[in-house]
Amino acid sequence: MNKLKQDKDIGAAMGTLLRMGVIISSVVVCIGGVIYLFRHGHETPSFHVFHGDTSLFRTFPDIITGVATGKGRAIIQLGILLLIATPVARIIFSVIGFLMEKDRLYTGITLLVLAIIITSLLTGAKI
Amino acid sequence: MTILSFTIIIFLGSLLAGFLGSLTGLGGGFIIIPMLTLLLGVDFRYAIGASLVAVIATSSGAAAAYVKEGITNMRLGMFLEIATTIGAVAGAFLAVFVPTNIIAIIFGCILIFSAVMSLQKKVAQLQPVAASPLSEKLHLNSSYPSSNGIIPYHVSNVVGGFAMMLVAGILSGLLGVGSGALKVLAMDNIMKIPFKVSTTTSNFMIGVTAAASAGIYLQRGYVDPGLCMPVTLGVLGGAVLGSYALTKVQTKQLRRVFAFVIIAIALEMLYNGITNRI
Repeated sequence: MNKLKQDKDIGAAMGTLLRMGVIISSVVVCIGGVIYLFRHGHETPSFHVFHGDTSLFRTFPDIITGVATGKGRAIIQLGILLLIATPVARIIFSVIGFLMEKDRLYTGITLLVLAIIITSLLTGAKI
Repeated sequence: MTILSFTIIIFLGSLLAGFLGSLTGLGGGFIIIPMLTLLLGVDFRYAIGASLVAVIATSSGAAAAYVKEGITNMRLGMFLEIATTIGAVAGAFLAVFVPTNIIAIIFGCILIFSAVMSLQKKVAQLQPVAASPLSEKLHLNSSYPSSNGIIPYHVSNVVGGFAMMLVAGILSGLLGVGSGALKVLAMDNIMKIPFKVSTTTSNFMIGVTAAASAGIYLQRGYVDPGLCMPVTLGVLGGAVLGSYALTKVQTKQLRRVFAFVIIAIALEMLYNGITNRI
C-alpha cells in the first residue's frame, strides 16, 4: 500500500511538471508571436514553398543568438523547444521515481527511452 | 493575403481542430494537416512539423490531468515507449526519402482506419485467465481504481503489442500525428487491457513519441515558427475548451458525424496523393 501512495505522489508532481511546461512554453510562443506579427505581419506568407535547410533557427545556438537579439521567430522556436523538453523532463522525472522505488528493471528501461530521445535530439540533422 | 490575416485564419482553424479533436478523442493532428495542406496550400512538410508540435502540447496538457487519477500504467507506458520512440525516429528518418504524395496516401488510409475505429463500440475486454509469463516478468500487471473498488488486470501478448507499437511509432514519426488509434488498438485488442487504462496510457505515450521525432524535424527545417505559433496555441486552446465541453455534451452523435467528415477528408487526401497534386 505504501508503494501505491508513493506512486500517487510521483503522479501528482508529474502532473504539475507537465502543466507548468505547457503553460510556460505557450507564454514564450505568445511573446515571440506578438513580436513576429508586429514586424512581419504585413508581409506575404510563403508556407507553400518548403525552404528546409535554408530556414533560420534550426539549431540550439542559432535560436539562442536569435533570442538574444530579440527576433520574434527565435523566441517562438525557444517556446517550441521548451514544449519538446516537457515530455523529456517527464522521462527524467520517471528515472528518479523508479530509482527511489529501487526498481532496477524500470530504471534501466526508462534510461533506454531517454537515450533514444537524446540521441535523436543531438544527431537529428545528420540522419 | 498578409501574414497577419493568414495567422488569424490558421489560429481559428486550429482552435476548431483542437476542440473537435478533444471531444471526439481523435486528436487535433488529423484535422490540422488536411486543413493546412488541402485548404490553405501549405507544404506538407511544414504541416507535419506544426502538427507534431501541437500533438506534444495537447498530450502533455491532457496527461497532466490523467496522471493524478492513478489510472495510467506507468510501467506499461514506459516499456512500450521503447518501441514507439525507436519507431518515431525511424519514421522521421524515412520521411526524407518518401515523396509527399505517398505520405498523403498513407495519411488518407490511417485517417479512414482511425475514423472506423472511433465508430466501433467499446466493449469491455474479457480478461485473460492467467497473465503471460513475460508480463509477469516485466511487472506489467496492475490495477485501477473504479466506483466498484480497485480492479486488478493482466496484460497478455506482450510481444504482439510491442510490435504494433513499433508500427504506431513509425507512422507517428512519418505523418506527424499522435496515432492514438493504433496505440489503443495495440493495448485494447492485442494486450487486452481495460480501455480506461489504455486511453490514458496511450495519451501518456503520445507526447514522448512525438518528442522523439520533433527534434529531428526541427533541425531539418520542418518546424516553421510562423506556422507553429498559431497552430500550437489554437489547438491547445481548443483542447482546453473541448475538455470543459466534454462534461456537458453528448459525444456519441458528434463522434458519428465527425467520423464521416474524416472519411470525406481522407478520400480527398487519397485523391490528391494518387493524382500527385500534393
